[in-house]
Amino acid sequence: MTDALYRIEGLRVEVADQTRKPLFGAAPRLRILDDISFSIERRSVLGIVGGSGSGKTTLGRTLVRLVEPTAGTLIFDGQDVTQLSDDAMRPLRQRIQLIFQDPMSALNPRLTIGRIIAAPLRAKTSDPRVAAALDNVGLPRGFAGRYPHELSGGQRQRVGIARAIALRPDFIVADEIVSGLDVSSQAQVLTLLANLVKDLGLTLAFISHDLSVIRRLCDRVIVLQKGKIVEDQPVADLFTSPSHEYTRQLLNSIPEPDPSQRW
Amino acid sequence: MLDGRGAVKRRAGARLWLSGLWLAIVALAAVFAPLIAPHDPLMQDLLYGRLPPFWMAGAEPGYLLGTDSLGRDVLSRLIHGARIALIVALVAGIGTCLIGSTLGLIAGYYRGWADRIISRLVDIWMAFPPILFAILLIAVIGTGLTSVIVAIVVIDWTRFCRVVRAETLNQSQMDYVHSARIAGFTRMKTMLSEILPNVLPTIVALLSLEMGIAVIVEAILSFVNLSISTDQPTWGGMIAEGRLSIHQAWWVLVFPLITLFLTVLSFAQFGEGLKDRFDPVLR
Ligand SMILES: Nc1ncnc2c1ncn2[C@@H]1O[C@H](COP(=O)(O)OP(=O)(O)OP(=O)(O)O)[C@@H](O)[C@H]1O
Ligand SMILES: [Mg+2]
Repeated sequence: MTDALYRIEGLRVEVADQTRKPLFGAAPRLRILDDISFSIERRSVLGIVGGSGSGKTTLGRTLVRLVEPTAGTLIFDGQDVTQLSDDAMRPLRQRIQLIFQDPMSALNPRLTIGRIIAAPLRAKTSDPRVAAALDNVGLPRGFAGRYPHELSGGQRQRVGIARAIALRPDFIVADEIVSGLDVSSQAQVLTLLANLVKDLGLTLAFISHDLSVIRRLCDRVIVLQKGKIVEDQPVADLFTSPSHEYTRQLLNSIPEPDPSQRW
Repeated sequence: MLDGRGAVKRRAGARLWLSGLWLAIVALAAVFAPLIAPHDPLMQDLLYGRLPPFWMAGAEPGYLLGTDSLGRDVLSRLIHGARIALIVALVAGIGTCLIGSTLGLIAGYYRGWADRIISRLVDIWMAFPPILFAILLIAVIGTGLTSVIVAIVVIDWTRFCRVVRAETLNQSQMDYVHSARIAGFTRMKTMLSEILPNVLPTIVALLSLEMGIAVIVEAILSFVNLSISTDQPTWGGMIAEGRLSIHQAWWVLVFPLITLFLTVLSFAQFGEGLKDRFDPVLR
C-alpha cells in the first residue's frame, strides 16, 4: 500500500426515517451511504463528485466524525477512529477540519469574525494567526470586528476557510465551498487551496458537483451516485476514459467553450 | 445569495424609552418611598376618609389622589406599594429565569434522558392551574413575601424552560454548533459560549415579561389576601380594598389598577424593546 492518510473501508451510513415512522416501534432505516471504500493519499486532493442528494455532504461529515457510521472502518493516519468517543476524538479534532457548505449557518451570528476564527485556536482575537488567516483568504483585517450578517455570502465562505486553515490541520474536507462565489473569487480560492496543499502539506477532500473545478484541483476523483461509489480514478483518466455511464453524463453536462459555435 | 439582512426594519425606540421611563419612575418611587411619599401610608384619619382626587370638588390639598375609606393617602400607598412590587418582580423574575433557563438549555442541547425527564416534568407541571397552584402552595407554606416569591418561582420556571428549550433545539441544528464540535470544544463550553449568546435575547425578553407577570401574581395573591401582611401597602391589596367602596370612592380602586397595568405593560414592552435595540443580528 502507498502512503494513505485516511482509509475508509465498507462505510455505511443510515439514519432513522422519521417521516415513515410507524405509530409504534422504531422508524425504518434510510440508507444514505453504502459500501463506501477509498483512501486518500497524503498531500493529495481527492475530488468527491455527485449530483444533488447523492450523499456528498453526509460523506464529508462522516469523515470528520460528525455523522456516526452504521458500519465500516475509518482509519486516520494509522489510527482507527470509527468508534472514538467525543473525548477520545478531541486531540485529533485539530488535525481534521471541515469547511461547511452553508456559510450562513456555519458562523455563529453573535460572534465577531475575529472571535469565530480565534476560538478554535484557543487564542485572543489579537492573535497574529487570526490576521494571517484573514490575509490568506484575501479578506481585509478590519473584518475581524464585523459580525457574519455584515458580510456577503462569498465573504462568509472565506471566513469558513480561514477558520479551518488557521488551525493548520493535516486534513480538510471542503464541502462545495466555491459554489457561492463568482468566477474570479472561485479562481482565487482554488489557487489558495492549491498553494496550501503544496506549502503546508495539506491533504484535501474537495466536494463539488462542478467537474471543471475538480479538474483544476484534484489528483483523484470518486463519483457518488445514490450513496454508492460508481467511479474511482485518477483525474486524468476520469476525463479521458470514464468507466461508468453516470460519469459520462456528468462529463457531457460540462459546458465546454466551443469557439465554432454560432450564436 | 438570499438572506434576511435589511428585511427586519429596526423599529423606533419609542416603546423602549417610554416603558423604560415608567419603570425608572416606579424604581425611584420604590427606593425613595419614605422620602417622597407625602404621608405615612399607614396613618389612618377617619375625618379625612374618602377624599376625592385633586381635580374634584371636595378635595383636600396635600392628598393628590385622594384617600381611602380609612383616610389613608392613596398616592403614598401607591409609592410604598412599588417596593413590594419591585422586590417580587426582581427576585421572582431572576429566580424563575435562572432555574427555567438552565433546565431549558440542558434539555435542548444535551437531549437524551435529561431532556425526557425535564420535558415530562414541565408537562406535568403545566397541567396544574397556576393560580390555584399558587394559592394551595401558600396555604401550605404560609403567607409572607418569601412565600410569594417561592410560589412564583415554583410555578413559572416552566415558562422559561419551554421557550429556552425550543430555542436551544433550534440553535443546536445550526452548523456553527457542529463547527464547535469539530474545533474540539467540550459540550459544556459549546453550550455556554456558542449557544447561550444566541438564546440570550430570548431570555432577556422573557425575563422582562416574567417580571411583569410576577407583579400581577403578587397583586392577585394580595387581592385574595394571601400575600404580605395587611399593614404593608401593596397594589393588589389596595385593589381589593377599593373594590369594597367602588361606588363611593372609585379612585381607591382605579389608581392602583392603572399603576399595575402600566407597570406590567412596561415590563413586557421593555424586554421586546431591549431585544430589538441590542440584538446585533436584527440591528
Ligand atoms: N438527517 C437526515 N435524515 C434523513 N435524510 C437525510 C438526512 N441527512 C441527509 N439525508 C438524505 O441523504 C441524501 C444525501 O444528502 P447529502 O446532504 O449528503 O447530499 P449532497 O450530495 O450533499 O447534496 P447537495 O449537492 O445538494 O449538497 C439526501 O437524499 C438527503 O435527503
Ligand atoms: Mg451537500
